Amino acid sequence: MALSGLDIYKLLPKTNCKECGFPTCLAFAMKLAQKQAELSACPYVSAEAKDKLAAASAPPIRLVTIGSGDRKLEVGNETVLFRHDKTFFHQPGLFIRVKDTLPAAEFAAMAEQIAAYELERVGISMRVTGLAIENASGEDQTFANCAATAHAKTKSPLILISDRVSAIAAALQKIPDAAPLIYAATPQNATEMAALAAKHHSPLAVRASDGLQGLAELAQAVKDAGVEDLVLDPGARDPHDSLVAMTQIRRLALKSNFRPLGYPIIAFAGEGASSKAEEAMVAAQYIAKYAGVVVLDHFDPATVYPLLTLRQNIYTDPQKPIQVSPGLYELSGPTADSPLLVTTNFSLTYFSVAGEVEGSGRPTWLLIVDSEGMSVLTGWAAGKFDAEKIAKSVKQYGVADKISHKKIVIPGLVATLSGELEEELPGWEIRVGPREAIDIPAYLKTWN
Amino acid sequence: MPISIDVPKEKWTGTIREITLGATAAEGGTRTRVVKIGGESTLPFLTFEGAMPNPPVVAIEVQDRYPADWSPILLDVWGDVLKDPASWAKKAEEVGADLIALKLQSAHPELDNTGADHAASTVKAVLAATGIPVIVYGPGQAEKDNLVLVAAAEAAKGERIALGNCEDKNYRTIVAAALANSQLVIGKSPIDVNLAKQLNILISDMRLDLGRVLLDPTTGALGYGIEYCYSVMERLRLAALGGDSMVQQPMICTIGEEAWRAKESKVNQGVPQAWGDWAERGKRWEALTACALLHSGADILVLRHPENVTLVKQTVAALFGH
Ligand code: B12
Ligand code: SF4
Repeated sequence: MALSGLDIYKLLPKTNCKECGFPTCLAFAMKLAQKQAELSACPYVSAEAKDKLAAASAPPIRLVTIGSGDRKLEVGNETVLFRHDKTFFHQPGLFIRVKDTLPAAEFAAMAEQIAAYELERVGISMRVTGLAIENASGEDQTFANCAATAHAKTKSPLILISDRVSAIAAALQKIPDAAPLIYAATPQNATEMAALAAKHHSPLAVRASDGLQGLAELAQAVKDAGVEDLVLDPGARDPHDSLVAMTQIRRLALKSNFRPLGYPIIAFAGEGASSKAEEAMVAAQYIAKYAGVVVLDHFDPATVYPLLTLRQNIYTDPQKPIQVSPGLYELSGPTADSPLLVTTNFSLTYFSVAGEVEGSGRPTWLLIVDSEGMSVLTGWAAGKFDAEKIAKSVKQYGVADKISHKKIVIPGLVATLSGELEEELPGWEIRVGPREAIDIPAYLKTWN
Repeated sequence: MPISIDVPKEKWTGTIREITLGATAAEGGTRTRVVKIGGESTLPFLTFEGAMPNPPVVAIEVQDRYPADWSPILLDVWGDVLKDPASWAKKAEEVGADLIALKLQSAHPELDNTGADHAASTVKAVLAATGIPVIVYGPGQAEKDNLVLVAAAEAAKGERIALGNCEDKNYRTIVAAALANSQLVIGKSPIDVNLAKQLNILISDMRLDLGRVLLDPTTGALGYGIEYCYSVMERLRLAALGGDSMVQQPMICTIGEEAWRAKESKVNQGVPQAWGDWAERGKRWEALTACALLHSGADILVLRHPENVTLVKQTVAALFGH
């Protein structure tokens, strides 16, 4: 929560020397509160006041980085409880838990497979964040070797899971600059874990078993020991208690500016789940309701893909749909006599259609109308994808100069547009395509 | 150092209307059980600051016409019962559905164009085959919806079925049929708080008690617009809890229909390997759509895959702390 002008004023020298460019310290304080001035403009402000002001202006949920390099994960710094209030900013990391008891070759293969997993949706690449390595063997060296393998094979963020300080220390020694998330500091080991985290500049998860009170106290203690980048495990494992705990933590941070719990949250979807399907449901809950890190116990593409999709959906900005630029697109190298289809510039619509057209192998022109990012029917209902707009785009993008025929295929869902479009585009043949994009390849086969 | 924690709690003033579907013999119907939904005075499952007296329930979609265009995954798992709505409904009850959502698809003018008599006999057959409450949908074409929903309302007199969908252009006849035969209605509006509210006002202007109106805010599948639906549902629920009596309705989401239309669940040809096993992916697509919407306030989840009935009900139970 930001300080008011008066709160800030109390921290200033109150000499009204005007060096900051404002007539009084109070005027300067008011501008600071509105973020229209910089504190550095006052040469006389005390170090103590600087610290207080910096702390007060820090985000209510700290941005924490896990891992290093291109694939590092940043989570936290969320500002709202409901995405419609602004947006959710930092997608939670999706980690797969792998035990260090897996035979070394299998472990390496698994790490490679997870790191290579990548797919694209609406033009955006999606992947699993990394591995959460669990020290199930109870051996330090085995654990450390797994960490080294995982780091070498994936270059992705890692989570090191062990309550044993010696195991974490051994692993960190093998990957000194990887900045993995250490899981976890508990009341029993907090001092040593904090020291390790500080030494290796690694983020540290804290786990307490006695509710938010214990968690806050432990987090505070670890912070006081010099570790700033914390991740919270509220300890609850069943869906109801987790939902309540995670909601309360988010509320405390955002509404009460409660610092000891102002960190991202880690959640284990597989714990307590008796099937992959149940695990998927719990993971979906964590994605929607406030986790910064979600750990799965299974790597199953049929589950991971829908989860990544949900994550993308929940974290898109509700104010602006993902869009592509309008224009005349060439798919698979069309020539003057290739078919011409028309659709909207909503990314999802565009990629659904373009994907099918490309899959069909038939070179095709695709005219993208500026529907302000709306789907076919939404655009039609809102008057952003109508006959007039389509006709305008045909002219604007010089379609007639590139294409020798005058046949245009409209989406089946807006078949009703054909009459008007005939009037707007005299001499053109308006063809109604299928309703669903998946039927486009079959349709293109018969197009002539 | 002990830290004191004061969790901020919401003090909501509004409560969602509680609605009962179905009627037992004692209440003038023939259902073996009724289904109660709504009554929430808190956000989904946040029972530390309000009540959620009734768990969300699952309906299975049943059609009166073989759904040849459905995903092969669904055609396989249901098998022959898809050819007969009564057997299909019976099977749905066996797999644990709380409700049947019967869609009178054959009445569509571009399909079999069946009429009122056919609708009435289908509704009777489905009621006879099951003991759980029933929702009846028309084919989604205004004129035919009016025709078959009136027939359904009459055929199911006393059963407290829900008739869907009332839309702004097309609600009068359906609301009148509900009034005349003591049924419920579903009001459907496109993903907008104000449109949902307006429709409820229009319906209540016809003197149908809003305690008999379910709200369908329109559902989009995972990957196909779910984020919009999720947020509109959250906003509707916040408005309702904040005291706006015109949106204090339980919400129904037609999840199966949307999720099984998605390419991910419908086809497997030429799709990336990273999409994983088709049958699993299809089930997950529906289940995760359901899960997200549970958290944004869904009270009735209409599904298509039988295994997801169990899964969603387990999820709901777990969210209640069971
Ligand atoms: C998400 C959504 C919204 C979002 C916007 C999403 C967006 N960026 O467009 C929001 C909430 C903003 C919205 C608003 C409205 N919406 Co809206 N919305 C939806 C919803 C749920 C999903 C739409 C979607 O994303 N579809 C996915 C995309 C990929 O589909 P698509 O573009 O049609 O593309 C497919 C096909 O058409 C085909 N295809 C596409 N291009 C081409 C081209 C060719 C040549 C071919 C052959 C095929 C083809 O391939 C694609 C995949 O199969 C639908 C209902 C539903 N469940 O479908 C309602 C829906 C489209 N909305 C509707 C309405 C009425 C509205 C509003 C007018 C309501 C209002 N008054 O506020 C507003 C209009 C916007 C405004 N005024 O601001 C109605 C339209 C009714 C109608 N039949 O005309 C719908 C159908 C809901 C309903 N049943 O009433 N909406
Ligand atoms: S420079 Fe500092 S001390 Fe001087 S008026 Fe400005 S705020 Fe006050």
